[in-house]
Amino acid sequence: MESRDPKQGSQESLNDQDNLGKKANRKLTLKLVAATIAMFGFGFALVPIYDIMCDALGINGKTSSVAVEQPIALEPDTSRSIRVEFIAHPNPHMSWDFSPKVASMDVHPGEVIQTAYLAFNRAERTIIGQAVPSVSPGLGASYFNKVECFCFNKQPLEGQSHAEMPLIFYIERDIPESIHTLTLSYTLYDITDTVAKPDATAQVQMVTQSNQLQGATP
Amino acid sequence: MKTSTPQNEKSSPVADADLSRANSSIALDHEEHHAPKGLARWVFSTNHKDIGTLYLWFSFIMFLTGGAMAMIIRAELFQPGLQLVEPHFFNQMTTVHGLIMVFGAVMPAFTGLANWMIPMMIGAPDMALPRMNNLSFWILPFAFAILIASLFTEGGGPDFGWTFYAPLSTTYGPDSTALFVFSVHIMGISSIMGAINVIVTIVNMRAPGMTWFKMPMFVWTWLITAFLLIAVMPVLAGAVTMVLTDKYFGTSFFDAAGGGDPVMFQHIFWFFGHPEVYIMILPSFGIISAIIPAFSGKKLFGYHSMVYATCSIALLSFLVWAHHMFTTGMPVFAELFFMYCTMLIAVPTGVKVFNWVATMWRGAMTFETPMLFAIAFIVLFTIGGFSGLMLAIVPADFQYHDTYFVVAHFHYVLVSGAVFSIMAAAYYWLPKWTGHMYDQRLSLWHFWCSIISVNVLFFPMHFLGLAGMPRRIPDYAIQFADVNQIVSIGGFAFGLSQLIFLWLVIKCIRGGEKVGAKPWQRAEGLEWTVPSPAPHHTFSTPPKVD
Repeated sequence: MESRDPKQGSQESLNDQDNLGKKANRKLTLKLVAATIAMFGFGFALVPIYDIMCDALGINGKTSSVAVEQPIALEPDTSRSIRVEFIAHPNPHMSWDFSPKVASMDVHPGEVIQTAYLAFNRAERTIIGQAVPSVSPGLGASYFNKVECFCFNKQPLEGQSHAEMPLIFYIERDIPESIHTLTLSYTLYDITDTVAKPDATAQVQMVTQSNQLQGATP
Repeated sequence: MKTSTPQNEKSSPVADADLSRANSSIALDHEEHHAPKGLARWVFSTNHKDIGTLYLWFSFIMFLTGGAMAMIIRAELFQPGLQLVEPHFFNQMTTVHGLIMVFGAVMPAFTGLANWMIPMMIGAPDMALPRMNNLSFWILPFAFAILIASLFTEGGGPDFGWTFYAPLSTTYGPDSTALFVFSVHIMGISSIMGAINVIVTIVNMRAPGMTWFKMPMFVWTWLITAFLLIAVMPVLAGAVTMVLTDKYFGTSFFDAAGGGDPVMFQHIFWFFGHPEVYIMILPSFGIISAIIPAFSGKKLFGYHSMVYATCSIALLSFLVWAHHMFTTGMPVFAELFFMYCTMLIAVPTGVKVFNWVATMWRGAMTFETPMLFAIAFIVLFTIGGFSGLMLAIVPADFQYHDTYFVVAHFHYVLVSGAVFSIMAAAYYWLPKWTGHMYDQRLSLWHFWCSIISVNVLFFPMHFLGLAGMPRRIPDYAIQFADVNQIVSIGGFAFGLSQLIFLWLVIKCIRGGEKVGAKPWQRAEGLEWTVPSPAPHHTFSTPPKVD
C-alpha cells in the first residue's frame, strides 16, 4: 500500500467523498429529526396558545373564570338597556334538572344584577356538577363581568335535593352599541367520577376563590 | 466503477476489504451477487426500488380494502332505510374507509413513487438512508393490521369519522380508541421517516450539475411535500396523544367540564388536516407536470412559476385551516380572513392548471393511457377545485357544510385527482419498472370504465348535497333515493374497474412486449437513460447533468 497507483488514489478520494456524504446525511437527518420533535412540541403548545388567543381577542364566548370585584359607585347607563337571556344545558347523561330562575331580563349597562339558576338532583346519590359558561355573541363576552358565579366552584348536590345557585353580574358601560342582546349559556357536566379519582382532581379544579360561597345553599 | 472493481479485487485483497466497508457503491455491487432470494429479499431490502415496489403493492392492497368498505357504504345507501348494516357499523366503515384511503392508499403510493423515481430522477444510486427506508415501510403493515383488527374488538373499531372530533373520540369513543391512536402514531412515524429520507436524498445526493432549477417537477413537489409532512404529522401525533390521555388518563384538553375546549380539537386537527390535503395533491402536480410534456412534445410551460406556485400553495396551506370549521361560531373577521386566504390558494393552483394547458397548447399531442389519465386529472381536479372555492364562501358554506356536496368536493380532488395521478404515474413508469409494455387495450378499458364510473359516482353527489342530504348518515329522506341509486351503481362500477388495473399490472409484470430504455419517445429525464427494466442498481457512478 506504500506506492499508490492512480486508480487507488481515485478510489480513496471517492471514499472521502462517500464519508463526506455520510456526514452531510447524518447532519441533515439530525436537523430534520429536531424539527420533527419541535413540531410535536408545537402541537401541545397550541393548547396554551389557543387559550391566550381566545383571551386576547375576546373570541370564543369564554367569560373570565375569575370573579371581579363588585364595582363601587358604578353609575348605570340608563339611556340604553341590553336584553340578557339565560340558557341552561344539563348534560344529557346527568340526572339533574337545571334551569335559570328567569329566562331573560333587560339590564342597563353598569347595573349590578343578582339572579340564580335552579338545580334539582333527581338521583339518589350525591352528584358533583361543574357548570361551564359561554356568552353569545362571542365578542360581548369580555364586557360581561361576574362578581359571583356558581360556575367558579364545583357543585356537590345530595340526592333528591334542590339548590339555588347564585349569579351576580354587571355589564360594562362601554359595551359596543351594536350589541343589544347577550345570551348566557351554562352547560352542566357531571364530574363526580373525575373528582373521585384523586389524581385527576387537579385537572378538574377550575380557578376557585376561597371567599366564594358554596353553591349548595338551599 | 463497476469495471474497476474486479481489478481492485485482484490487485489487493486488503484494500478491497477496506473499500467494501467504506465505499457503499462497491458494497452494493457485492450485495448484488449474494442478494437474498424470496421473502427475505423483501423483508431485509434496503434497495430503493424494492422498497418502492413494496410501498406500491401495499398501497394497492389498501386501496382495494378501503374500496371494499366504500362498497359497503354504497350498498347500504342504495335504498333509504336500514337494510344491510347497523348504523354503528356504518360509522366504522366511513371512518376506516377514510383513514385507510388517506394514510394507507394515497400517501404510501406517493412514497412508493418517490422511492422508485426520485433517486433515478436525480442520478443518485439509492435513497440517502436505506435502512431507515426499510423500517419506514415495514412498520406500516402493522399500523393497518392494528387499525383493521380494532374493527373486530368488542364495541367495534373507530366510529367517529376519520377526523376523530372530540368528544366523539374521547367521551363517546369505543373502547378500541387506543388501538386507533397507536396505529395513527405508527403511520405518522412511518411517513415522517419517509419524508426525512426524501429531503436528505434530494438535498445531498443530486448528481453533479443537477442544480435546484434543473430538478424535475416531481422531485420539487415531493421535496415540498416532505417539508409539509415534517411540519404537520407531529401535530397529528400530538392531537391523537391528547385524545388518548383525555380518554384514558383523565386529562381535559378537549373536555369543557375540566376547563378544556372541544373546539380546540378542531383547530389542532385542521392545523394538521389542511396541509395534509396538499400532501396528498402536490406529488400529483409533479406527476402531471412530467406526463403532459412527454405526450405533448413540448417542454413544460412555466417551469419556474410551477416551482413558485407549489411553494406558495404549501405556505398558504398553513393559513386556511379554519375554513373547515366556519359553522363552529367563529367571529366574522376570522371567517373573512380564512375565506380570503382560502380563495387566494386558487391563484397558484390556477397558475398550475394554466401551465399544463399552455404546455398542451399547439403541442403534437398523443393520447397514450398515462396522458389520458393526466388530462382527466386536469379536468376533474379543476372541478374539485371549483367546488372547493364554493365551499370557501362563508355564507354558502353554512348551507353546504356536512352535506354530500363536501363529499363530492373532496372525492373529486382525491379520487379523480390524487388517485388518477397515481394511475397515470403507474402507466407512465410501468414499462420502466417491468421492462414490458402494459396491455394497451386493457388499459383503455380501465381508463374509460374508470372515468365514466367516477363521474357517475361523484357528480350527482353535488346535487344530493345542495338538496340537503347530510353526510355520514346511513339513512336518508325518500326523495334522495333515485340519485343515491345512480351514485351507488357508479360506485360499484368504479370499484370493479380497478380490478382491470390489478389484472393489467400482474400481466405486465409477467410479460409483454419488451421495451427499450425510453418507451415514450419524447419523455425527458434521467430515469429514461437507464435500461428497462431498471437494473437493481442504477447510477452507481453519478451521471453528468448539463
